[in-house]
Amino acid sequence: MPGVGTIGQSGGVIDRVTLRPPRNLVSPRAVPYWRLRAAAGWLPVLVAGIVALVLVPERPAWAVALAALVVLVAVLHIVVMPQWRYRVHRWEVTPEAVYTQAGWVSQERRIAPTSRIQTVDTERGPLEQLFGLSKVTVTTASAAGPLWIHGLDHTVARQLADELTATTQATPGDAT
Amino acid sequence: MTSPYGTESAAAAAVPDGAPWRRLDRRMLAIRPLQALFRAAVPLAVLLLVQRDGAIQQVVGLVAALLVVLAGMAHWFTTRYRIGATQVELVTGLLRRRRLAVPLDRVRSVDVTASPLHRLLGVAVVKVGTGSQAAGEHDELTLDAVSAAEATQLRGELLHRGARAEPATDAPRDLAPTPAETPIARLDLRWLRFAPFTLSGLVTAGAIVGFVANFANEVRPDLGGLGAVRGAADQVAGLPLAGVAVVVAVGLVVVVSLLSVGGYLVGFWNFSLTRHAGGTLHVQRGLLTTRAVSLEERRLRGVEVSEPLLVRAVHGARTVAIATGLSGGAGGALLLPPAPLAEARRVAAAVLRDPEPLATPLHRHGPAARRRRYTRALGVVTVGVAALYGAHRWAGLPRWPWIVALLLLPVAALLAADRYRNLGHALTGGYLVGRSGSVTRDTFALRRDGIIGWRFDQSLFQRRAGLTTVTATTAGGSSAYTVPDLAEAAAIRLADEAVPGLLIPFLQR
Repeated sequence: MPGVGTIGQSGGVIDRVTLRPPRNLVSPRAVPYWRLRAAAGWLPVLVAGIVALVLVPERPAWAVALAALVVLVAVLHIVVMPQWRYRVHRWEVTPEAVYTQAGWVSQERRIAPTSRIQTVDTERGPLEQLFGLSKVTVTTASAAGPLWIHGLDHTVARQLADELTATTQATPGDAT
Repeated sequence: MTSPYGTESAAAAAVPDGAPWRRLDRRMLAIRPLQALFRAAVPLAVLLLVQRDGAIQQVVGLVAALLVVLAGMAHWFTTRYRIGATQVELVTGLLRRRRLAVPLDRVRSVDVTASPLHRLLGVAVVKVGTGSQAAGEHDELTLDAVSAAEATQLRGELLHRGARAEPATDAPRDLAPTPAETPIARLDLRWLRFAPFTLSGLVTAGAIVGFVANFANEVRPDLGGLGAVRGAADQVAGLPLAGVAVVVAVGLVVVVSLLSVGGYLVGFWNFSLTRHAGGTLHVQRGLLTTRAVSLEERRLRGVEVSEPLLVRAVHGARTVAIATGLSGGAGGALLLPPAPLAEARRVAAAVLRDPEPLATPLHRHGPAARRRRYTRALGVVTVGVAALYGAHRWAGLPRWPWIVALLLLPVAALLAADRYRNLGHALTGGYLVGRSGSVTRDTFALRRDGIIGWRFDQSLFQRRAGLTTVTATTAGGSSAYTVPDLAEAAAIRLADEAVPGLLIPFLQR
């Protein structure tokens, strides 16, 4: 095939250009929020384990090993994930674009021009209200393209949504 | 025209742009009740024909049938629509009135469908697509149904507002192209050779087998009692197993092929793709149910050429439009049924009015992307083999599953090689081009000004290998078009060049 192998061979200045992370961190209260949510997610597993422990008398070696593994994964998830997420989750809004970064093991960065934004929502679940947090969802005309900012301080989220809504309304066209 | 239910007063009183209300075609007074009766056929038949409680039951059945018919007819009496200067409006529903208004400048496509019953009576269903991505069925404006001539006229009214000169009476029954349309492609019966390789007949065969099995289960015919069947069964039992297997396999291939060819003919008979001078593309097809889809060219965001493995093996492909207002799912975006690859590319180029995107050489993704193809394909099989071996060693599973799984390793390696060979991307003057996949190889050409956002995804393994998967989001088609496993710098450069300016504030050297 012609046109082979342009990547990593030119070695010019442009190859050292990187996408820097967005500037703003989310609220530090997102860490205990994520931790509580992760713990809540493991609760059914814990209950199932205890029930099995009580009801089943024999304990084969493989079952003990499996239980130990599950406990290890759960503890790691609850301890490590929130901190990791907090380091990754970032956002930035300029007059031209919204830029978000999210994830922990798998990470993603999303960029959408403000001219293509269709709706801006803020949303607070019961657990989020407990921590004074909000989730901001920015949708574009693409079904695959919403940008989420989780774990924002509620006031920051409201300001951000107002700001983005104002910018969006000032932009003509139907954003497709 | 006044409705016997007197329901139009309130809605008709508020006439902002003065256009008259129109009704659906009168023939719907027959079609709707027939369709409703057909849908309710089984319970009605049970009520009317199965003698159990005598007269009362039959009266109930008759009343029910009458209600079904009346409800079907009510649709005609309660439905009105009009096309004003700024919007299309539809008012419908007997008990729950619904009023739908679509601004004319949001109309992206018009889909004219006619089932055999509709065709028999010379009417067609008109669906107006607006391209709202969140659209459920309720957001689509459906006129079920108007006369075939009116359907053609509506298409003109809704899409060619700039060029209103279109003669509407020109194409009465079969929606034939008007002189203002230039042909791009039409069905060539030699394309039927691709039909068996689409395996579309497999679905039909599965449905038939399921139906027969279900029927046999319900009725439980005593096959053993039939001498001929028992004789045949005895004969089969006497044959060597390998022979029976070969016969069954050959039979299955023949049946699936015939069903596929039949399905191709039913779906794509009389297929043609034309371009209207008013700025629309027009696809029509169908043997029994005819379908004519018109979409505005300025809603077109690109095209996709799709090659399923078997079809690719015989150098075939199909072409699909990436357009806002077409969901793509229900086949509405199809521009060309399975046809020779060269034809699929020609049609794509003609639709885009740009031969470059599908002819341009693609950049490879480099050795790291190749390694990732192999580690992923071989990794999955290796884990499977290990699990099956473990189950054999410690849980008493027979030996053959893990040995068979071991044989999948070379298959996985071939798949990985093909997946890497197909991986590629390029940027032309107006388009982002990407190709990937092996079981289905998809090549997309997406308009750069149709890209409304970027996603850069990295798994843990991708970060270690320095790779990024770039996804361009758009308002049409499948919403997201992905270029997998680019070197990080190349990924950023590609996105930066494809949509100049957007990334600049976030770049650092």
